[in-house]
Amino acid sequence: MGSGKTGRFFSYAFLTLSIVPILVGYTWLVIATVSTRTRGLLPINAEGGIGGLTLGNWSFVFESAIWSAMLNSLLIAVAMVIGVGIASTSGGYALSRFKFPGRKGFLTGTLVLHAFKAEMLLIAIFFVLRWLGEIPLIGPYIGFNSVGGVALVMVALELPLGIWLMKGFFDNISWDMERAAMIDGAGRFRVWWQIMLPQVRPGIAALALFTFIAGWNAYLVPFTFTIGTKVANMPVYLNQLISDTAPVNWNQVAAVGLFQMIPLIIFFIFTQELLLNIYAGGSKGT
Amino acid sequence: MRVELENLSKAWDGVVGADRITLDIADGEFVAFLGPSGCGKTTTLLMVAGIYKPSGGTIKFDGHVVNEVAPKDRGIGMVFQSYALYPHMTVFGNISYPLRIQKVNKTEIKERVQKVADMMGIGDLLDRKIVQLSGGQQQRVSLGRALVKEPQLLLFDEPLSNLDARLRLTMRGEIKRLQEEMGITAIYVTHDQVEAMTMADRIAVMSGGVLQAYDVPTDLYEHPKTQFVAGFVGNPPMNFFDVEIVAMDGEFRAKSGSIDLALPRDRAEKAAAAGKDKLIMGVRPEDIYLVDDAEPAAPGRTLTAAIEVVEPLGREDLLGVTVNDVEMRVLVDKTKGAAVGDNVDLVFDMSSVQFFDPETEQSVLWT
Repeated sequence: MGSGKTGRFFSYAFLTLSIVPILVGYTWLVIATVSTRTRGLLPINAEGGIGGLTLGNWSFVFESAIWSAMLNSLLIAVAMVIGVGIASTSGGYALSRFKFPGRKGFLTGTLVLHAFKAEMLLIAIFFVLRWLGEIPLIGPYIGFNSVGGVALVMVALELPLGIWLMKGFFDNISWDMERAAMIDGAGRFRVWWQIMLPQVRPGIAALALFTFIAGWNAYLVPFTFTIGTKVANMPVYLNQLISDTAPVNWNQVAAVGLFQMIPLIIFFIFTQELLLNIYAGGSKGT
Repeated sequence: MRVELENLSKAWDGVVGADRITLDIADGEFVAFLGPSGCGKTTTLLMVAGIYKPSGGTIKFDGHVVNEVAPKDRGIGMVFQSYALYPHMTVFGNISYPLRIQKVNKTEIKERVQKVADMMGIGDLLDRKIVQLSGGQQQRVSLGRALVKEPQLLLFDEPLSNLDARLRLTMRGEIKRLQEEMGITAIYVTHDQVEAMTMADRIAVMSGGVLQAYDVPTDLYEHPKTQFVAGFVGNPPMNFFDVEIVAMDGEFRAKSGSIDLALPRDRAEKAAAAGKDKLIMGVRPEDIYLVDDAEPAAPGRTLTAAIEVVEPLGREDLLGVTVNDVEMRVLVDKTKGAAVGDNVDLVFDMSSVQFFDPETEQSVLWT
């Protein structure tokens, strides 16, 4: 038992040591947002002494630009969760259960596509979006320089992961359950909706979370395919803040950064238990 | 419902799952598909259920071809080895699922589910989650779900394999009783020959995708038409020996090395009529006895053997013995206290001896 105790001591010591840099970083970030200047972790006033706390860095919350950026971030993230969710759960099911010509090619194809970095595709996507923008009526909402267009591109980039993830979850469900449902009188769609989807809920939750975070933090795609502040999301807004002001007010940048994290932190607090479940077992029940 | 299978076949990319299965099942009959794993019994069952599309042949329900009919329209209920319950629903949710799909009105659903659940002895568990039930209770739910829609045909896919031995015994009786009471035609897939023998009216023995025999249980046991059936039906399995049949002084003997046994005239004459130099002789372990007061040595039917293995089965002992170099299994009463290394005299009851053609493995006694 003695070795168990020392073992536990060492693991706690190791864990504590390894989170120290992270803790220091976040503490610094929080202190910086309410200071005019900092030296190390200490807020510094104009005379060089300790002090000089201010809420001035947070004045941006009274500007409409930040709220529009926040809304755009939210729109992109939610649109991605919905788009990726629907396409991955239906596509993953089909790939897991149906035999059709080109199935294998499709699976390897998506895997290969996933290996391409988004940067390599930017120019091609630009042309696609410009073309989409010319479609009458819906063009302005899904083309170049629109939140919808950005969401569309992000969904496409996220789909290979989503489809493979959901296919894996569906693969783990016994065929018998599906057969039983079909004999009980369910058609294909009903089997998918009423029987299969409830079994892969942990997978859907994990995918939704990953997708939301990816959408919320999206920078490269929105930065490339949007112009101006109207369609900017949070990371793009942050970038504009850095490049537009000279000299850069880093304490204000820190405040915006922290502000961007708040929804994610709230999200994590509420889904922590669910997340732990996903990582612990993958699926619950029989 | 009457079920007829005609040349029913299933193959995937050249791999044969079932090969020209032809059999018919009378209305209200209980038929078992018996065979080792991979013999095609589940494949055949899933074709009857409509889950697999046959590659050839026809399935008829009451005279109508149902090859193209969807599973949900076949009027069947099915019970799976894995139970295949819906873990996100309660017991009530599971049993009522087929009725809810049919949009039966709520009060009727409640009545019918309660009735079936009471019949299955799970009437007080309707609000439970599936994961809170034991294996036996889960299988009852599964059976209830199959019965609630009052199917014409019940399909069982090794339903008791995941249960412990005791529970299997009780469930065996219950399933048989329910099936008889409700008069539903049933197909029961199993690899357990005791289950098949005790429950089924007729047994279809399958091996390698081929129907080996289709007969009532006692006939399979007493008149096996192939060596496979003889070896598969009956536990412990039948002993097989390569022998020659020799006629001497108006008496028939089976000879091979150290084996020399007198044969009953009727069977020996039939076997000799096949005109083969060598035959495979089959003797069941329960037809060989240790020589003692109750079973005196009989001239021409007694051999001396050495005991190699003793497996106590409780009421009986299963002995593995060798007669010189020929191995065989013998089932003896426990009281006889046989021990490894003993040399014992064995007396053979040859009245139900079997003979098979070594090339075709067909019986030369029964066709």
